[in-house]
Amino acid sequence: MVQSPSLVNPQSPFKIMKIYVTDQTGKEHELEGLEGWRVMEIIRDYGLPIKAECGGACCCATCHVYVDGAWQDKLFPPRDDEIDMLDEAPDLEDNSRLSCQIIMSEELDGLKLTLSESARP
Amino acid sequence: MEQDYHKTDIIIIGAGPVGLFAVFELGLLDMKCHLVDILDRVGGQCAELYPEKPIYDIPAFPVISGQELTDNLMAQIAPFKPVFHLQQMAESLTKLDNGNWLLTTDDKITIEAPVIVVAAGGGSFMPKKPRLDNLEEYEGISVFYSVKQVEKFRDKNLLIAGGGDSALDWTLNLHPLAKKLALVHRRDEFRAAPDSVNKMRDLVAGDKMKMHVGDIKELHGMNGQLEAVTIQKRGEDPFKVECDTLLAFYGLTMKLGPIANFGLNLHENLIPVDTEKFETSEQGIFAIGDINHYAGKLKLILSGFHESALMAQQAFRYVYPDRKLRFQYTTSSTDLQGKLGVKEEKVA
Repeated sequence: MVQSPSLVNPQSPFKIMKIYVTDQTGKEHELEGLEGWRVMEIIRDYGLPIKAECGGACCCATCHVYVDGAWQDKLFPPRDDEIDMLDEAPDLEDNSRLSCQIIMSEELDGLKLTLSESARP
Repeated sequence: MEQDYHKTDIIIIGAGPVGLFAVFELGLLDMKCHLVDILDRVGGQCAELYPEKPIYDIPAFPVISGQELTDNLMAQIAPFKPVFHLQQMAESLTKLDNGNWLLTTDDKITIEAPVIVVAAGGGSFMPKKPRLDNLEEYEGISVFYSVKQVEKFRDKNLLIAGGGDSALDWTLNLHPLAKKLALVHRRDEFRAAPDSVNKMRDLVAGDKMKMHVGDIKELHGMNGQLEAVTIQKRGEDPFKVECDTLLAFYGLTMKLGPIANFGLNLHENLIPVDTEKFETSEQGIFAIGDINHYAGKLKLILSGFHESALMAQQAFRYVYPDRKLRFQYTTSSTDLQGKLGVKEEKVA
């Protein structure tokens, strides 16, 4: 498990949460984020390999991740534009999501996911 | 050669918002621009990725869509009559003996100018490719990602892959030409315009074409000539579909492309510049917008606009080494207003 220095302001009034991200080489990273942050932005801000070329506008499918088993049901279901955009992810699976469309909330504290090969910059 | 050769003051690589605004800043200083872009329309990411998405951080526009921003910029730069070379990839750059640069595109258009401005954003938009073994063997022979000449697909046993507008539009356009045509898409729902989808479904219902649901898993053929593909829907048995040509439309993604070979210093696929002139490691080559890198860089459209104004000051010194540069405002300068066509130009 790789732990990076936290980017979260410890004085923040928002709840500090952890996500666990496995990169394309199989290395797992523990990242801290705040409630309301987009998962794609957390991954990008910690410098993990994620292309996210449209910057979070749900327009490109280059922030494609696989959500770990039990967490799938806790996520807000994908909206139509996310489902449409996932068509452009070449390595789609049933647990595929666009990480720019996952927003951290209390029930997602501890979220586990894996970066897809097509998200590699 | 003559027809495809152009000479100008400035060559801008990339016709996104920043490249377009650079035409304005350069135009105010009497420099003429040619722009090269790999897409078939101007606007870059704004037009290709999110034409309808609202942008909230353009100064003085509380909200504006990518397409409106592009349209406004085109109106703003119209007085300077920029020349566009679209669907052209800037392929190579050479320094001529006279000190000018010569840019060659993949369609062998050559443009000569003393100044190059790289405004290529995240790089060139290139087709996303499916993950398939031996794909390279077929590319350009029987697997394609775009249609440059419609005739190439006449009498083919054509398979088109994808669910967006490109896939559906080409299905409808090529269906009368092809010997046989089938569409393959991951699911039985399409993000393309509903009208195109209905037309396609009518063709399927009339037995004029086939539609398969699933992902292409394997290519079969010899020496680059496709004979069939294996398609599989998740959780179901794979099946084979015969075809001699595959047109795949899985969207576009940005890659730096040939700019990497222009001899410029690079920093993680970005081009380092100074923050006074936004000039690269090569004199006369500037980089503005998302593609450049400097301490404190923010990838914002407004940063690119600022960079283009400062870049134009130094570009002027290369294009007009004997002229003095005067700083003027469009609000008060009759000279600038004349260039913009809003007042008659005063003859000096």
